[in-house]
Amino acid sequence: MSPLGNIIRKEVKELLTPATFLPIVIMAIVFGSMGNAIGGIEEEMKEKPVIGLINVDNDRFSTLATSILNENAEVVFNSSDIMDKQKGLETLREENGVALIVIQKNFTENILKGVPGEFEVYWVMKGAGITDSISSSIVEDLISLVNTNITKELISTNTSVNATTALTPTFRNETTYFKGKELHGLSPSVISSILSSQSTLVPIIMMMIIIVSGGMVISSMALEKENKTLETLLTLPVKRTSIVAGKIIASAIIGLFLAVIYMLGLGYWMQSMQVTSNVNLADYNLVLSGGDLLLIGLSVFVTLLAALSLCMLLGTFARNYKSAQTLTFPVTLLALLPMFMIMFKDFDTMPLVVKVLLFCIPFSHPMMAPRALLFGDYPLVVSGIVYVSIFALIMISLSVWVFKTDRIITGSTNRFKK
Amino acid sequence: MSVVEVKDLVKKFGSVEAVKGISFTIDKGEIFGLIGPNGAGKTTTLRIISTLLTATSGSVKISGFDLHKNPGEIRKIISYLPEDAGVYKNLTGRGYLEFIANFFNTKQTRDMVSKGIEIADLGERINDRVDTYSKGMKRRLLVGRTLMTNPKLAILDEPTSGLDVINAQEIRRIIKNTTQGGTTVLLSSHNMLEVEFLCDRIALIDDGLIVEEGKPQVLMEKYHASNIEEVFTRVVG
Repeated sequence: MSPLGNIIRKEVKELLTPATFLPIVIMAIVFGSMGNAIGGIEEEMKEKPVIGLINVDNDRFSTLATSILNENAEVVFNSSDIMDKQKGLETLREENGVALIVIQKNFTENILKGVPGEFEVYWVMKGAGITDSISSSIVEDLISLVNTNITKELISTNTSVNATTALTPTFRNETTYFKGKELHGLSPSVISSILSSQSTLVPIIMMMIIIVSGGMVISSMALEKENKTLETLLTLPVKRTSIVAGKIIASAIIGLFLAVIYMLGLGYWMQSMQVTSNVNLADYNLVLSGGDLLLIGLSVFVTLLAALSLCMLLGTFARNYKSAQTLTFPVTLLALLPMFMIMFKDFDTMPLVVKVLLFCIPFSHPMMAPRALLFGDYPLVVSGIVYVSIFALIMISLSVWVFKTDRIITGSTNRFKK
Repeated sequence: MSVVEVKDLVKKFGSVEAVKGISFTIDKGEIFGLIGPNGAGKTTTLRIISTLLTATSGSVKISGFDLHKNPGEIRKIISYLPEDAGVYKNLTGRGYLEFIANFFNTKQTRDMVSKGIEIADLGERINDRVDTYSKGMKRRLLVGRTLMTNPKLAILDEPTSGLDVINAQEIRRIIKNTTQGGTTVLLSSHNMLEVEFLCDRIALIDDGLIVEEGKPQVLMEKYHASNIEEVFTRVVG
């Protein structure tokens, strides 16, 4: 074999390890699942939205509107009596519908007079994730289609209305029902955009803290082993719990410090990207109280503790700095997964299996906490804090236990097993 | 009076028995050497005595403290120098000694560091970062760290491993002197000359068993050997 071939063979042998391939394989699976999820979104976009209709007007343009809506949506409730509104909403909720559209009295007459006709839209919003607002977007598109058709009708029949009304013949008076709140004047898309701009920062920062601090803990353990300093440390008069706690606390301090720097940069960036909203959330009682902020802080703290304890446990398996890089992968994955899941779907609208999975991933709790608290879902946040605290305690106990066993020195109790 | 009492010590790693029931004692102020080929069980024995590994069976007592029951108390009175021990590279020599001294009695921290600096004898370089040190300088710093705490038992695994003649001699001199302060030394070594020079008593270990034990001079006479290397070859070979 030529010298070049000899070197290539040796290098390939060295690189061809499960540690090299496993992260890539898992990443491919994750991307594949995300591709499926996006495929699912496309499917959902093709589906007809479920709506209810109350046509009080029963005239030329309202008939046009109902025919378009009937053709392009699955209408589960139809009425011409305004008193049926409550009944319509109940039917909509039962049928997993998205909106009850009420075409008000004098709709046609007003348009012909040059005054935009009124659509009263009662949205039933299920979640604030990207995929949760698909149906409502389709209904918004259908209302735009109705507008276009009325405009065409006005122009083709040479009706003498002012240009503004001809181009924008209707307006929407919206009310959204979301997580037990009745929000007047807000559509699901507006609520989604407000909530996402509010709650995107927390998952990203949380993910960064976990990955950065977790990486530090694992690397610290790996370096202790690689630099052969661990053996000395373990024979000094210091409790194993102090060694574990010391490493976790130091990484948490650095992690939080880095997070503050990161948050400042990201905050300015997001501020510059954000479209100024005229909606004052305080008007809708959508603000976090001091107690809520305290709960978020507690959730972040216990999650950081859990993440670092898990990393400490993983770090005990690190043989050297190179193997530490591989060990950070599961932590990175566990931090990225809930971030994406929460961005796509609201916890409430997820299938039960996904809900259980998300709840079990300790890092997802501080990511979900701000939105949950905004809508008063205290049981989810408090149970999350309790769960993550228990998880952290178990991880710390396991780390201390590993520190007390031979595994910390030998890497495995069966090192010499044939 | 025995500082170390090892009785029927066994250590298994899975199905492999690395130490197969060894027993020995070391008296106060004595330098006791464990000598044996690679894989004989020397380092495993030292790691058990220094509380790093747990024994499968048997007992170890250090200054009356049972290793199984009181590892915390034992760590206060021992000092272990692993064969390939490292130093935190981002610290200075002085910083490293201070870091270690802080784990002990805070009232004596300054004295400990001064003693460590004196043993390491690195001059002004003690204030330089460790990653600029040569191998010999690092080893001297580690020996300084090991002996500065005035341990009742110093456990030294190949203390002069990989060092040049001058550095090795200096470290041997330091180890010899340390017993005058009442420290007992347990060391392992491949270097037979070193063992002959340093140890009051030695134990030859092979395949996890102590095959011979005694004073170097007595063993040399017993095996009609001119040095410990010959004794070693005759017993183990």
